[in-house]
Amino acid sequence: MIEMRGINKTYRVRRREAGLSNAVKSLFSREYTQIPALRDMTFTIPDGQIVGYIGPNGAGKSTTIKILSGILRPDSGECRVGSLIPWEDRKKHVSRLGVVFGQRSQLWWDVPVIDSMELLRDIYRVPEARYRENLDRLTALLELSELLKTPARMLSLGQRMRCEIAAALLHSPEVLFLDEPTIGLDAVSKLKVREFILEQNRLCGTTVILTTHDMQDVDALCSRILLIGKGRLLLDGSTAQIRAMAGENLSTEESVADLYRRFGI
Amino acid sequence: MKKYLSFFKMRLMAGLQYRTAALAGLSTQFVWGGMEILLYRALWCAHPGRFPMGVEALAAYIWLQQAYLTFFALWQWEWELAESVRTGAVAYELTRPTDLYGMWFARSLALRLSRGLLRAAPVIALGALIPAPWGLRIRVSPAVFALFLVSSALMLAVVCSFVMLVYALTFFLEDFRGVMMLGAPVADLLGGGIVPLPFLPAGLRKAAELSPFGAMQNVPLRIFGGDIAGAEIAKAIGLQVFWAAAMILTGYAIMRAGLRRVCVAGG
Repeated sequence: MIEMRGINKTYRVRRREAGLSNAVKSLFSREYTQIPALRDMTFTIPDGQIVGYIGPNGAGKSTTIKILSGILRPDSGECRVGSLIPWEDRKKHVSRLGVVFGQRSQLWWDVPVIDSMELLRDIYRVPEARYRENLDRLTALLELSELLKTPARMLSLGQRMRCEIAAALLHSPEVLFLDEPTIGLDAVSKLKVREFILEQNRLCGTTVILTTHDMQDVDALCSRILLIGKGRLLLDGSTAQIRAMAGENLSTEESVADLYRRFGI
Repeated sequence: MKKYLSFFKMRLMAGLQYRTAALAGLSTQFVWGGMEILLYRALWCAHPGRFPMGVEALAAYIWLQQAYLTFFALWQWEWELAESVRTGAVAYELTRPTDLYGMWFARSLALRLSRGLLRAAPVIALGALIPAPWGLRIRVSPAVFALFLVSSALMLAVVCSFVMLVYALTFFLEDFRGVMMLGAPVADLLGGGIVPLPFLPAGLRKAAELSPFGAMQNVPLRIFGGDIAGAEIAKAIGLQVFWAAAMILTGYAIMRAGLRRVCVAGG
């Protein structure tokens, strides 16, 4: 169970106007703006659910994921994943967590993927038998057998992403955060990744939080959507409900765009 | 412990991936060592009486320095680590059930060892072929050799803890290139990288020997050549222990503070 109650997070950002004279001015007096990234964020996600966490750029999606991963501490509010407060019990918490940031890599650039996998096995202290079992299953499902021996830098984006997802699941995490996992993937890879996420959820009961701008991901995977904008939770419902709200015969993509407009975000 | 070992192994493997770099480094080190020897020989021929070190000790210093250069070279950094703080990729490492300081320490250590292990043996072999007194005299007593090994291990601890201190500061400075560009030449001078410390003026030499930089290559290289002996060895090794402990504690504390206020930028 993932629980967030009244979470607030504000960033302090330095700003200035364009140009050299303003750059010089900012040497002496700096203007800071308070950017509220999350305002009173509250939701609960039961075990085994796949939730789409969507919102326009800058809505606060990544901030939420970072708080849930224990990387960032919020200014105020309560948050529990399982029974742990992420940023207090970081080590214990993250050992039950799998994370894929679509735009960053966790594989070692220079060495074959399999070496990264073995390193992760040791980092998470996965028992050998379970490591074998998981790796075999992931290799079969994501078609990795050829890729494992290749250095990560030689992989295409889609190939690498499949390896990244496998790497995040080696330690059988109970909760999986996917931050734009299908970004830049071709149609075949996308389908494969989606199919796999569903399979993982069905077989292992993994709770998945998916942030994405790809509404087809949401359609294919999520039973529930959390729509956020400007740091607030705006909607919490099923894809069907969201489509119903937006009017008739609109795709999820169009419905969401319509909602963004309606909420003025 | 096992995870740090595997991390170490990983870095070692990544280091071994690049053979050409090792070969290039090897030839550079040999030629550089040879040039230094020629230079000091010229100095010695001009004023043999004013040489602050024994010729054999100096030769041992130079050849071992070239052989193990990557163990202590302070101009070699892991850009990736600093970059990961700057760009926010460090987020991934924070989602691991490990201690970031320990991981990065293991990683820095492994980088130095992996680069050094490949090239050390050939440089030592070539250095030993150079005729006396300018070659590497390999016969040392077992006791001195043991002290050499101990102080080499401590040197690695001092070097890595210093490097970690700089990495930890990146959490506050966002970019550590400035610190490095200013720091590297100073560290090189005070550490005995440019000339062995006995060649420095007395006051500066004293300061250098007490500084953390003097607790690096300076100690094992001079122990091996017999330039410092007896109580001086005990004092030098004591300083190494002190600096390693002090910098590990400080670096750890700074990194902790940095992680508390961390704010991971970008998507």
